[in-house]
Formats: sequence, structure tokens, C-alpha cells
Amino acid sequence: MAEAVATKARTLTYVAAINEAVRTVLKEQPNAFAAGEDIGGAGGVYGYFHGLQAEFGADRVYDTPISEKGIIGLGVGAGATGCRPILDLMFMDFMGECMDEIANQLAKMRYMFGGAANLPVTVLTMAGAGASLAAQHSQSLEAWVCHLPGVKICMPCTPYDAKGLIISAARDDNPVFVVLNKMSLAMKGEVPEETYAIPLSKANIVRPGSNYTIVAWGRMVHEAVAAANKLKDLGVDAEVIDPRTLQPFDTATVVQSVKKTHRAMIVHEAVRFGGFGGEIASQIQELAFDYLDAPIGRVGAPFSPVPFSPALEKHYVPNADAIVAGVKAQLGI
Amino acid sequence: MAVTLTDSILKDLHLRMVRIRRFEETAGKMMESGKIPGALHLYVGEEAVASGVMAHLSNDDQITSTHRGHGHLIAKGGEFSPMMAELFGKATGYCKGKGGSMHISNMKLGMLGANGIVGGGPPIAMGAAFSNKFRKTKNVACCFFGDGASNEGSFHEAANMAGLYKLPVIFVCENNGYGEYTPQRNHQAIVDVADRAAGYGMPGVIVDGMDVVAVFEAAGEAIARARAGEGPTLLECKTYRFYDHVGVRGMGLTYRTDDELEEWKKKDPIDLFEGRLKEQGILSEAEIQAVHAAVAADIEKAIAFAESSPFPDPSAIEQDVYA
Ligand SMILES: Cc1ncc(C[n+]2csc(CCOP(=O)(O)OP(=O)(O)O)c2C)c(N)n1
Ligand SMILES: [Mg+2]
Repeated sequence: MAEAVATKARTLTYVAAINEAVRTVLKEQPNAFAAGEDIGGAGGVYGYFHGLQAEFGADRVYDTPISEKGIIGLGVGAGATGCRPILDLMFMDFMGECMDEIANQLAKMRYMFGGAANLPVTVLTMAGAGASLAAQHSQSLEAWVCHLPGVKICMPCTPYDAKGLIISAARDDNPVFVVLNKMSLAMKGEVPEETYAIPLSKANIVRPGSNYTIVAWGRMVHEAVAAANKLKDLGVDAEVIDPRTLQPFDTATVVQSVKKTHRAMIVHEAVRFGGFGGEIASQIQELAFDYLDAPIGRVGAPFSPVPFSPALEKHYVPNADAIVAGVKAQLGI
Repeated sequence: MAVTLTDSILKDLHLRMVRIRRFEETAGKMMESGKIPGALHLYVGEEAVASGVMAHLSNDDQITSTHRGHGHLIAKGGEFSPMMAELFGKATGYCKGKGGSMHISNMKLGMLGANGIVGGGPPIAMGAAFSNKFRKTKNVACCFFGDGASNEGSFHEAANMAGLYKLPVIFVCENNGYGEYTPQRNHQAIVDVADRAAGYGMPGVIVDGMDVVAVFEAAGEAIARARAGEGPTLLECKTYRFYDHVGVRGMGLTYRTDDELEEWKKKDPIDLFEGRLKEQGILSEAEIQAVHAAVAADIEKAIAFAESSPFPDPSAIEQDVYA
């Protein structure tokens, strides 16, 4: 389904948009249910399940024990047998608790069964640093998921994208991770009232530009746009592309941009070394090597866990200034 | 094996609890005034558990803690200044500002860390107990964990291995009736977490976690058993947290009633114990006030230390990742 034209757009927060998306899915899919820690009575620690248990009942919105392996397993078993689970993994860092269910069951069951099983499972989870939540509550682990054939993953960076991507994820017959960002929760943006779906395969050109390409995802999209605005004075007219979905990845849109701009930078909040940006850089050089005027740059976090102290964390998390510095270094300006 | 409750033991238990209470109340205020960033899970109301257990341990005995870890570290001998500095994110903190509240730790005191992962502690405590046995020491490891954490697979794997290998570990369940905002009846089908011990071949003991002497005595037995090579115990302490899951007032949710809170506050472990100390003539009201005043003065010093300490230099980010 194509993106809707925003006829009745209102301003919603990121949290409210997530909430509206889950509500939409629970309404349109009788076999959908939501399950996660503290999502029923409390509405979730970040509030995006607020009111849903009261509205749909405790047999559609479940408070689970603190048992992440159980939660994902619930989704695998129920998803394979006719339900459409929407699971909440409170923090992405907790994937460690349930990685076998994710990597060896959820991702592979369909393939191992020769295509005989569908796993229409949506996993909502919260990533991102910047709130002084230290090493185990701040990570961006999208690369873990991107490396798993059989799972899709998207990272909405605006309220509009959150609603549209969650609806797509829940309609998809594959496991889809929707990675949310905790620093974007209060962000406001226009969100159409009606139901719409953003395809899980199409990048978004957030800011058109002529002579530089910045590919950024999650909260880094906003930092990239801010960087692009600063770079204007230096004669750099950067196009900012938000892939929105990392798996499948819209390589064509990125490559097309680089063929026009001849220079590229990949930006993610995750640890730079071994991050998913390396894959994108590799794709670009394979498909557009002759068009490149400079090495492909990358901006990401240092090779360390996320530090607690705000004095360290503020230098740890990539931002617009780090992107500008990276572009300047790359271009020698 | 009954330990005689000397006056000095009773005074020591009291001091441990007061140190925790005062530190936590101050930390809560510091958080509310914006001096402590991040998430703060306060231990107020549960002081008897950490104090009663830790009174039996030396620095060579280990503990693993939880996200609600300040009380465990204080009872284990943690000093206020490096603790407060850590919560402030300063370079002089126990973890150089890298860990904060959720990862506060001190290896010299045998405190193997608060933990941001619910259920993170049990396997580590089991491993430390294994090490104690392997290295032929008489040391024990105590694992603090919540009722909510008892639903994590990690607890069950650790308990099974501890039972199997007869490891010197005590699984101390701090059952405060809630995992975050979810009451126990909505997260498990049992009332007593101690029931789970049977599945792993260890005794399950239930104790009033608001009564520091009861905790002290029950922990003493379990620890003596462990030191004698008789294996692990699951000790469930029924307790309650007086503040919200995170911070002081938290999210203002209505998952528990004021009446329930007030009922539990009548069992305030410090008030109860002070009443008893006075009754038995062990401490007078004036002496009790003097204990509080001395602890408060220590905390003032710790705040001054934390405030005047430098933040870590950005060059520290990539240090300590590898040995
Ligand atoms: C693996 C994991 N899942 C979920 C959380 C989020 N969380 C933090 S504390 C908590 C509740 C823990 O309850 P309990 O073990 O009873 O300890 P209490 O907070 O009551 O002391 C939850 C769900 C977490 N930190 N780690
Ligand atoms: Mg609890």
C-alpha cells in the first residue's frame, strides 16, 4: 500500500504516533495481540501503550513477566500458528536475553521449514544513547538484526514514520523489528489521522542536495539535516537520505544519489567499527566506484560501551558537529 | 548454627541500615535537583535485607546486586564519597563515572556490580561461588535479586548449576511484591519465590525482610551451610519499597495504593529496630540521634566531594575497554 496523502494531519508526538499505530493494528487485525513488560496496566515505561489495555482488554494487551526469552518465544509460537503478535522489548539492549529466540528461531523457522511457516511478528524496541542510562540501556544494536537473514528492521525517526512503519511492520508476514529512539519520544510532527503504511523498502530523501550524500538513520537523521544546514556555507549542498528500513535496504536510492553527488558519508549512532554503515559503504563502492570523487566517510560512536557520565556521553554520541567535522576532514576543507 | 546477638552486632546492623536510608534519601533529592543524571532506583524500605545479610560477609565474600544496588554496596562497606561521585558521573567515582547508579561496584569490597540487566546477577554469583570452591576458599557469594528477576531464565540456570555443583552461594530474593509497576500476582503464579528452591535441590527459606534480626539469623544459617560445603540456599525476604520503582515519585502511576504503602511503612525496618534497641536498653534515643547525625555529616562530606570532583576527561571514553 502506498503512503497516504496527508489529508487530516494533526501534530502528534512520537509516543502518540506509536500508540496510534498499535491501536490501528489491534483494530484492523483480530488476531493481533500485544505483549510485553509493563505495557498493560502501566502503558509501558515510555508510555506508548497508554490506554490500550483499557480499550482492547487484557486478552489483547498482555503484561508479561520479566522473561524476554519467553516474550519472543511467545511470538514465535503464536505467530507460526495464526496470531499476529506485537511484542515489546523494553530496551534493545535486552536482546541479549532472547537472542536465541530471535536469531535461531524467529529468523530461521520459515527457511528451515522450506517456506511452510509464516512469522508475522512485530517487535517494538527502544534504542539510543543520550539519557545517561549507561552501558546496558543505551545501545544501538541494529547491526545485530541486520545480520540475520529472515528478519526485517526499520528505524523510524519522526512521528509520521513511526505510525506508517509500525502499520507496515504489523501487516508484513515476516518478523519485523521496529527500532525506536528514546531521545525522540517528545518530538512532534504531522501525522495523518487516517491509516497509512510506509513501505518497508523505500528510502526517504529528507533533504535534497546536489554535491554530497549523507545517509543517516534513526535519530541521526536530524543531526545529519542540521549538519547539512551548517555545511551550506562551505559550499557543500548535502542530500540527506534516511533509508528508514535497513533490511531490506533501498540501495538503489542511495546509489542514484551518489552517482549525482560523487561523495558520501554514512552516519549511525551505533559503534562505528563493524557497524552497518560499513555494509552501505561497501555497496556504494561496488555499484558506483567510478562515480566517487572521495573515499566514503563514516561517522559513528567510538569503540567502547556507552559511558554513564554526561561529560563522556556527550562526546560519545555522534552529532551534527561530528558530522560536519567528518565531512570537512574528508574533503580537506 | 545460632550466632549470639551481641550489642555490637545489633549496633552494627542499625548503623548499616541508617547509612543506607540516609544515603538514599539524599540521592533522591540530588536526582530531583538535577545533580544526578540518569535512572535512580532507591532502596528505601528494604534496608534490613542488605544489612542483615552483609553483616556476615567479609571483603573476600562476593555479592552481586541489582539495578537497586546502592544499599547493597553501602552494607558491603561502600564509602559515601566515591559512591556519590559515581552517581554524579565524576572521575573520582568508584567506576570513574563510567557506570553510574546502575553499574556501581567495587571489586575490593567483593561487590560485583549493580546491574542494568534484570537477572544479570545470578549467573555471575554462581560463577563467583564456583571460583570460591575451585580456589578452595571458605568464601561465599550472595546474589540479591527481585521477585521480578526470579522470572528470568538466567536465575533458573544459575540456581540449577549451583544446586548441582553444591556451590557456596545464597540467592537472596528481595520480594517487594512488584516488578516495576506489575504486582507479583500478575507476573508469577506463586506467592513464595522460595518454592522455586525445591526444583534445584536447595532449601527455600522465607523470612520477614522488614526485620533485620530475622534476616541476620536466617542469612547466618544459610551462609554457615554454604561455608561448610553444604551448598546453596534460596532465602526469600518479604519486603517493600517505599519510593517508586525509579526515582522518588516516579511516573505517578496508580499501580499500588497509598493504603498499602502506609501499611508497609508501619513496618519500617529502621523504626521497628530502633524501638527494639531502646526497649532493650542497647541504644538511647539520644544515641540513636547521634548515629543519624554522624551519618548525615558523612553524607554532607560526600556531596561536597562529589561536587568539587572533576568530570572525566573525554580521553577516558576509549580507556578500560580492554586489559
Ligand atoms: C533484562 C531486563 N528486562 C527488563 C528490564 C527493565 N526493568 C528494570 S527493573 C525491572 C523490575 C525488576 O523487578 P524486581 O526484580 O522485582 O526488582 P525490584 O525493582 O522490585 O527491586 C524491570 C522490568 C531490565 N532492566 N532488564
Ligand atoms: Mg520486585
